[in-house]
Amino acid sequence: MNLTLKVWRQAHENDTGRIETYEAKDIPESASFLEMLDIVNTGIINDGGEPIHFDHDCREGICGMCSLTINGVPHSREQGITTCQVHMRKFRDGDTIWIEPFRARAFPIVKDLVVDRGAFDRIIASGGHIGVRTGSAPDANSVPIPKDDADDSFDSAACIGCGACVAACKNASAMLFVGAKANHLNRLPQGKPEKDKRVLAMVHQMDAEGFGNCTNQYECEAVCPKEISADVIAKLNRDYAAAVVRDAVE
Amino acid sequence: MNALGTALLQFWKSSIGKKLIVAVTGILLVGFLVAHMVGNMLVYQGQEDLNKYAYFLHHFLHGWGIWLFRLGLIGAFALHIVATIALTRQNKEARNTRYAHEETVQAPRSSRIMIWSGLTVLGFVIFHILHFTIPVHPDLQGLKDPNDAKMVDVYTMVVRGFQNPLVVLFYIVAISLLCSHLMHGISSLFQTLGLRSEKTRLLIKRVGVGLALVLWLGFISIPVVVVMGALGDGSQEKPKPAMSAPASSSLDVTKS
Ligand code: HEM
Ligand code: FES
Repeated sequence: MNLTLKVWRQAHENDTGRIETYEAKDIPESASFLEMLDIVNTGIINDGGEPIHFDHDCREGICGMCSLTINGVPHSREQGITTCQVHMRKFRDGDTIWIEPFRARAFPIVKDLVVDRGAFDRIIASGGHIGVRTGSAPDANSVPIPKDDADDSFDSAACIGCGACVAACKNASAMLFVGAKANHLNRLPQGKPEKDKRVLAMVHQMDAEGFGNCTNQYECEAVCPKEISADVIAKLNRDYAAAVVRDAVE
Repeated sequence: MNALGTALLQFWKSSIGKKLIVAVTGILLVGFLVAHMVGNMLVYQGQEDLNKYAYFLHHFLHGWGIWLFRLGLIGAFALHIVATIALTRQNKEARNTRYAHEETVQAPRSSRIMIWSGLTVLGFVIFHILHFTIPVHPDLQGLKDPNDAKMVDVYTMVVRGFQNPLVVLFYIVAISLLCSHLMHGISSLFQTLGLRSEKTRLLIKRVGVGLALVLWLGFISIPVVVVMGALGDGSQEKPKPAMSAPASSSLDVTKS
């Protein structure tokens, strides 16, 4: 199949950047989206050009390294998958595809489609962990955890920190990520003692990184490759309000 | 600063803190709208009932009541506006480069124009206060109830106030945008307060849209019914046909 690609090219962080057009010819339908880019890049390199830079690692939908906003939607319109799991059979011969980076002030562009998602790491470092050593994995059922709590926590733990929620949000808000990471630990006995401290610290760091504010439009939930529900945002709001009150009076 | 002061400042500075303020002030404003709409429905019961109601509003707690009410409302309104403008500016900054190819998966239109529907409401509120609360138009000033001169004839003021189709059109546009604001706003505040979940999601959505539509219908009905001439004139002296009368028009409003 033949495609027209409109790709964001930007030499470095302070470059203004622009959309450039590429013809992708003879792409097999069985190729993945990233393999399609590999093919295009081979052509560019053979012509002596600078290949299109993009992030990837596992290419099996588990590491959260791949990004790309495809036709305006992070990880494409396909639900519940990462960019590396998108296949070319989902497109039609002759299609024009827009490929842009995950855009947010808090995710500065390193080069072309590669963005620096270090802000997420700093949010995790601020409180997205348990502050004491809890030893190696305990024996099953040695710490009794109600099934609902375990399920709830596990659903949140599915977050791979890819940043699609930020990229999709009209305000580049990181609330789905922070909500998931906080809820993952807050619901478990190991995480409960530090709940208030965690929530306050993570929200504080999120704001300091320059992410926007949630306006409850749920674009994040629609693109999340792990289909994390915006309910975690409601929980974060509630936990934050409670933590502020307790912090002020205790 | 003491510990409480620091905590309050932190709260205001934080994203979720400002959002909570927007949600709580939003509840107060919606509560006001419901009460205002229900009260306004008295216009359909006739001149006497509406005028008595207005008289009560201005005199309960020896006239202090309405001022307590107004103070609370102004405070909530101001906080709501200051917080939402601050949030909106931060949100614009957070997405500092736009997508060349923009796409929206599920955010409804109403949620994307909140600042514009809100600012229209602000403009409308100012107009509305100058229209009816401190009427600046001479045709709407000093009207007295035909049976009880100590009461203001709010009924006639309303009927006259909606004779101009342009005024009615502005009310329709502004109230429709208010309805749009609430279509997103009411369900949104439950999420902000952390009350939305798998169990409550559908109910909250329906209550939000339902209440927004009820308010829209109630408020919009009055100017529309009046301009169509379907509401009696009241027993005030001959009303002017339109609000275009010159300022010098000498209305006989001192019949008593
Ligand atoms: C009668 C007047 C008003 C009522 C009843 C009202 C009600 C509400 C409600 C219930 C919300 C949702 C709160 C939440 O998401 O938690 C909201 C949000 C909002 N309001 Fe208003 N509002 C009014 C006037 C205004 C005005 C005058 C402005 C102008 C600046 C405004 C701007 C906004 C904005 C921008 C939001 C979205 C905030 C966000 O989602 O982060 N509103 N409003
Ligand atoms: S490359 Fe690892 S999730 Fe896509």
